[in-house]
Amino acid sequence: MSVTDVPVLAIDDLVIDIGGNRIVDHVSLSLGSGRILAIVGESGCGKSLTALSVLGLLPKAARITGGEIRLNGRDLLPLGEAALSDIRGNEATIIFQEPVASLNPLMRVGEQVEEALRLHRGLSANAARGEAIAMMARVGIPDASRRARQYPFELSGGMCQRIMIAAALICRPALLIADEPTTALDVTIQAQILELMRDLRGDVGSAIVLITHDMGVVADLADDVCVMYGGRIVESGPVEPIFAAPRHPYTKLLLATIPTLQGQRKMTLRTIEGMVPSAESWPDGCRFRTRCPLADEACVATPPLADVGPGHAAACWHSADVEALA
Amino acid sequence: MTATAQPLLQVRDLKVHFKLRRGVGTPGGLVKAVDGISFDVAAGRTVALVGESGCGKSTTAYAVIGLEQPTDGKVLFDGRDITHLRGSERANLARDIQIVFQDPSAALNPKMSIADSVSEPLAIAGWTRNDRRSRISELLDRVGLPAAFSERLPSALSGGQRQRVVIARALALSPRLLILDEPVSALDVSIRSQVLNLLLELQRDLDLAYLFISHDLSVVRHLADEAMVLYLGTVMERGPIDLMFEAPQHPYTKALLSAIPLPDPVLQRKREKIILTGDLPSPLSPPPGCPFVSRCPIRVEICPTARPELRTTVSGTEAACFLTR
Ligand SMILES: Nc1ncnc2c1ncn2[C@@H]1O[C@H](COP(=O)(O)OP(=O)(O)O)[C@@H](O)[C@H]1O
Ligand SMILES: Nc1ncnc2c1ncn2[C@@H]1O[C@H](COP(=O)(O)OP(=O)(O)O)[C@@H](O)[C@H]1O
Ligand code: SF4
Ligand SMILES: [Mg+2]
Ligand SMILES: [Mg+2]
Repeated sequence: MSVTDVPVLAIDDLVIDIGGNRIVDHVSLSLGSGRILAIVGESGCGKSLTALSVLGLLPKAARITGGEIRLNGRDLLPLGEAALSDIRGNEATIIFQEPVASLNPLMRVGEQVEEALRLHRGLSANAARGEAIAMMARVGIPDASRRARQYPFELSGGMCQRIMIAAALICRPALLIADEPTTALDVTIQAQILELMRDLRGDVGSAIVLITHDMGVVADLADDVCVMYGGRIVESGPVEPIFAAPRHPYTKLLLATIPTLQGQRKMTLRTIEGMVPSAESWPDGCRFRTRCPLADEACVATPPLADVGPGHAAACWHSADVEALA
Repeated sequence: MTATAQPLLQVRDLKVHFKLRRGVGTPGGLVKAVDGISFDVAAGRTVALVGESGCGKSTTAYAVIGLEQPTDGKVLFDGRDITHLRGSERANLARDIQIVFQDPSAALNPKMSIADSVSEPLAIAGWTRNDRRSRISELLDRVGLPAAFSERLPSALSGGQRQRVVIARALALSPRLLILDEPVSALDVSIRSQVLNLLLELQRDLDLAYLFISHDLSVVRHLADEAMVLYLGTVMERGPIDLMFEAPQHPYTKALLSAIPLPDPVLQRKREKIILTGDLPSPLSPPPGCPFVSRCPIRVEICPTARPELRTTVSGTEAACFLTR
């Protein structure tokens, strides 16, 4: 990306509060067209809220109290619902974990794929139908014109997720947000959907934000990675160094706890002590410090997300010691 | 184990079929959830059932402990036929066989203290108050929970801690076989390894037999001695764990292994991937020949017409495929 290029999505210092809790705490990220950025972290760390904020879909209880979100350079936060709904499904779209629940049960799936075209592009029913069927075939739905007339309950979870993806991509959005798109699917179906997303970013050219808790999915698909913990980005960078030389203890330990297909069987696995704290009990300073083997007095202050390599940043006072962490 | 020693659990040609009545969204028919499965589990050993959702893993487990009635076949525990035990005889079996489910929150009564939950099986078995009290503290210690937890309610515990409580309760009567149905799938990633370590330690110390169910193959490889890959209620391939992962022979096992994304971007991106087309077929209309035929990348003419038997392969596993050697 050249310096003058405007990123498709730029989130700058985003702050989201719920009740008295700071659920998303000064999150910044940016991605260019055709790139895949993974946001990875355990449940409750703020991945979905960060994603929902982009499309103006936050739950009522949540308030954005700081920061900026820009889509192709345009500031989204001041926009009203009318302008946002013009963007949703058109310039930016989102797909969720539960494809069956995300589709309208009373509407034929083909109509759901067409909907955005008619709404945003003013296409006639016939023209929209043709494009929808072509897109359904493109995402691997066999016999697309027959399937288009079916209802969600007549299709499998994997097929419904393809319908969601077809509906999300039909207007060739600049940005696709995929929130745990394969978590509810079986592994062989997950492999199909990951392959599909890899193909599509090539020919649709959308920038993709991929939200997941699965380090394998990140390794498979992402160009860049943001690791979140307790509402903050604790590490970010290109996918290779994040896996090969993580510089935040959480990233390092998370990778070490997962049994691999190469590791020694039945040996005692690395653990992370304690549990994932809920938002009410996040500690001051570094939010990982109650579980971190490197924690000391310094960690009572909040560590900044500081550069540790080219495009690679970590929020840890002791990031230089992470490599030695066995 | 010597050649004459009897495996603790023996399952022979187990079948569990469900008749579905016609209704909204279903044409009705017969679901062969488990259709002729045989295996042994010996003390101190772990046998894993793997496969995608709906392949019959849980139903197999339920049939072993009598939560489902087998349509056919036999379940032997310690040489004794327990297939159709009922009433007090079935209840007595709870001393020997226990099951742990995926969701620890659903398994615990939210209004009961941890101590009461753990001591429930002891109370039913007629233990005195004093004996129960000392057994509870022993069990909590055993699963790595502080004694102070005994008076708390489940809501005050994390998911991983609750699963420890469920495991403590399962261990209360010193069972010899534990059935673990997706025991870590609902837990946060950073907590899973704690519970996996606990399971390994318990097995070593107590010589427990595990029937371990998981859809996560990396976890299966880590924990199990043997694995059986199921598809539509039948065994596609089975064998010692190292052979299953290093030299799988059945095309479905190969596809399943290749579908797990490895947490290593360099390795993962240069790996050859087998992407299966299509979905799992409906259990109501399984293909007549090999159950895998509709998605098999190497099928030949005979596959849709006849059902392949399990045969020993060149690598030493057993596979049900006409094309494996
Ligand atoms: N509608 C809501 N009301 C109150 N709290 C919420 C709501 N949605 C999310 N939260 C809280 O915000 C935090 C982050 O949630 P989320 O972004 O959904 O996490 P993730 O997607 O990483 O699992 C969680 O701790 C959750 O408790
Ligand atoms: N009580 C039941 N009635 C009818 N069908 C059932 C019942 N229990 C399970 N099944 C069906 O049997 C098959 C196997 O299910 P299950 O053993 O739960 O699979 P797994 O645990 O491998 O996901 C599925 O097709 C499921 O829908
Ligand atoms: S800042 Fe301190 S507590 Fe936080 S991750 Fe680094 S060493 Fe651990
Ligand atoms: Mg989420
Ligand atoms: Mg199950």
